[in-house]
Amino acid sequence: MICDGELRELHPAAPFTIIVKRYNAQQISCLRFSACRKQKQIGVLFVGDHQYVLEMKNIVKHFPGVKALKGVDFSVTPGEVHALIGENGAGKSTLMKCLIGIHAPTSGDIFYKGQMVTGKNTSEMLKIGVSMIHQELNPVRTRSIMENIWLGREPLNALGLVNHKKMYDMTKDVLKVIDLTIDPKTEMSKLSVAKMQMIEIAKAVSYNADLIIMDEPTSAITDREVNQLFTVIRKLRSEGRSIIYISHKLDEIFEITDRVTVMRDGDLIGTVATKDLKVEVMINMMVGRDVDDLFPKIECPIGEVVLEVNHLASGKFFQDVSFTARAGEILGVAGLVGAGRTEIIETIFGIRRKDAGEILINGKKVNIRSSQEAIKHGMALLTEDRRETGIFPMLSVSFNTMIANIETYVNKIHLLNKKAINEDCKNYAKAIQIKTPSLSQRVENLSGGNQQKVLIARWLLTSPQILFLDEPTRGIDVGAKSEIHKIITNLAGEGKTIIMISSEMPEVMGMSDRIMVVHDGRITGILDNNKELTQEKLMAYVANAV
Amino acid sequence: MNSIMKKFRDAENAGVSDFIKKYGIVFVLLFMIVGISIASPTFLTSTNIFNVFTQTAITGIMALGMTFVIISKGIDLSVGSVLAFAGVVAASLGQVATATSKFYPNMAQLPTIVPILAAMIVGTLCGVISGWLIAKTHIPAFISTLGMMTIARGLTLIYTQGKPVSNLQPGITMLGGKVFNVIPVPVLIYAVAIIISWILLNNTRFGKHVYAIGANSKAAEVSGINVGRNIIAIYAYCGLFAGIAAIVFAGRVGSVHPGAAVGYELTAIASTTIGGTSHSGGIGTIWGAVVGALILSVLANALTLLGVDAYWQQVFVGLIIVGAVVLDMRKNTSKK
Repeated sequence: MICDGELRELHPAAPFTIIVKRYNAQQISCLRFSACRKQKQIGVLFVGDHQYVLEMKNIVKHFPGVKALKGVDFSVTPGEVHALIGENGAGKSTLMKCLIGIHAPTSGDIFYKGQMVTGKNTSEMLKIGVSMIHQELNPVRTRSIMENIWLGREPLNALGLVNHKKMYDMTKDVLKVIDLTIDPKTEMSKLSVAKMQMIEIAKAVSYNADLIIMDEPTSAITDREVNQLFTVIRKLRSEGRSIIYISHKLDEIFEITDRVTVMRDGDLIGTVATKDLKVEVMINMMVGRDVDDLFPKIECPIGEVVLEVNHLASGKFFQDVSFTARAGEILGVAGLVGAGRTEIIETIFGIRRKDAGEILINGKKVNIRSSQEAIKHGMALLTEDRRETGIFPMLSVSFNTMIANIETYVNKIHLLNKKAINEDCKNYAKAIQIKTPSLSQRVENLSGGNQQKVLIARWLLTSPQILFLDEPTRGIDVGAKSEIHKIITNLAGEGKTIIMISSEMPEVMGMSDRIMVVHDGRITGILDNNKELTQEKLMAYVANAV
Repeated sequence: MNSIMKKFRDAENAGVSDFIKKYGIVFVLLFMIVGISIASPTFLTSTNIFNVFTQTAITGIMALGMTFVIISKGIDLSVGSVLAFAGVVAASLGQVATATSKFYPNMAQLPTIVPILAAMIVGTLCGVISGWLIAKTHIPAFISTLGMMTIARGLTLIYTQGKPVSNLQPGITMLGGKVFNVIPVPVLIYAVAIIISWILLNNTRFGKHVYAIGANSKAAEVSGINVGRNIIAIYAYCGLFAGIAAIVFAGRVGSVHPGAAVGYELTAIASTTIGGTSHSGGIGTIWGAVVGALILSVLANALTLLGVDAYWQQVFVGLIIVGAVVLDMRKNTSKK
């Protein structure tokens, strides 16, 4: 038996790991047996003849008018959690899509375990063990967990029909690997987003994936569920699998990853061991400049009450909601996912049925039953999910920007003043620094952060008095996040009223003048954001543990 | 002129391949015309060219209304039946005083404007009903307009008791004839319909609303667009154009029978789809609908001139429709 004898400390749980480069089946079972006998103090990693599980060489990817990747060299070693970070538009998603076969690279080669796999499609990559868990999950919601996991490769019986019993047992085995005890027959629609993500990981495990790409795995799950996820990741790593971890959450990167690769504008800037990396250096690499304060909140005078909500209620989503908001104020809205925050602002904005309560704007009672009326009263709504309810994907940046303000562009004969539209779109795109090759570019080709900026421009064009922002920086990198925060605080400085829903504690605490906490459809507190309010105290309110 | 230069500049930025993707159908049409002119010298005569345009007019007008519907991510299967219904109602009000078998025996000859308005009103009403069902009950457009298709055809048969309505007044038959003995009136009507549709789709709020609803109806709702009212207007417009096509039909044929325009909806849908209108919503142009309609009638004309069996024409048209939608999907969905 040739044991290349490289002893490495890969992980605290497996203090001594033998990297075995060449082996056969019998040698494998012997080695596993003796590892067991030493009571798992020895980990064994079978990597074959290669140092890297993944090598991407000089990857170039062009889209019409956009150079998304400019020659990227990226590699991953076996048994590591490798972070891939960068601003939106840096090219991370594009690189990964080239890897798993959604895109074909314009040039360059990809090697998986030494084998050339450039140009293979997604199902081929899955079969050889490369799996991706996307940011936006797309399970078949009306089918069960086991049907989702084994979709397309269901175990068959002798008659060629699906063997449901076998599928059930196989699913239970796979779920056990990630310590999940859910009935495989459960319908996907009944699961929380976090559990759906776990099922995606189980699916990857069922493909015996040795390389799993996780795109923003924690963007829609709570802190407790994040810990569960990390436990699973550590277990996968100890088995010799590798994980490419794409995230904007810098604290998670420091907690779970081994190495960090930074991308910017289609280039790979550098790869550093996590323990050698400092936050400022990381941000500097990502952004190409120093970003001083992540959440710049400027002091500004707070004026009269602009919005007054009394005893608002809608269906089973929320009851007895009352609050006020003033000019120049940022009212943060904190709470758990599903508490009813989005539903509250949708009702005020007129796109959700109001069952009870009254709304006053500048002291006058208003009855808003549609978004047109809301806009006429000076309200704006930046929705939570820009893909679902925000952007018009195949339409241009200028269309997406002007559409909410279209009523003001009609001339006397009811035709559109295209010159005025172009002027406005150009000016606002410049003011908010929207990165796009041209205003006629399809918005779906823009990065997430730039799409969000287009939506902000859309609402700014309507000169609103009250802005409802629902998770305005979700899925957006540090650089763009900071820019959007600057825009928001500047708007407050201009005397506008901002009501901002956010699930990120630092964001809520950094930006808000007051924080309204919603729990289970009710307001459990409206807190002044002064020195007495700590993150722990706020979290207690959010979890309704006060 | 500036917008054309801008298009060329955008094309340069996007690459030649995208230019071809966007304007490819024009090249297809030109290629067909060149090919057919070589194969059959009678194609490029002024008589034949006017013939082609005249034959395009009826389904071409329907395709214009259909373009609005499909851009909004809907479909209208009823336009053929609506044409027949609007046609027989208009014809019954547009007979000469001296007709042998009058529909309304004791009615005098009405001014031509009456049957014309009647056709437009009937068409628009059918569209309003289809659109209202879709907007209020959220049933799929396919189902709503399928229902209207069968109901309108049934009403046509009931109204006419299965018999054609003939002996139309010269005011109507003139609409199928020629002006200055050269320019066919249907072509004029088609041209006016094209201009109106183009202005409406490109230069009004309504046009932008159509694109927005097709691209993302939920986002449209948030952005201040009354989606329900716009949907009703879109299908009303499509029905109106079916009514206008009915008038042209009555003018050309001189009578309207209850089996009129069967299958015309497919030609209308095919025309606008070949012209680049996407069934996934948000994409489509008026010039595309015209080029698509012309491709189909040039093809039909060519096959006739070349003596090809009429049944084979159907096979060819079907193949082209499928090919056009395949290209549409590849162009507008995945990016590889």
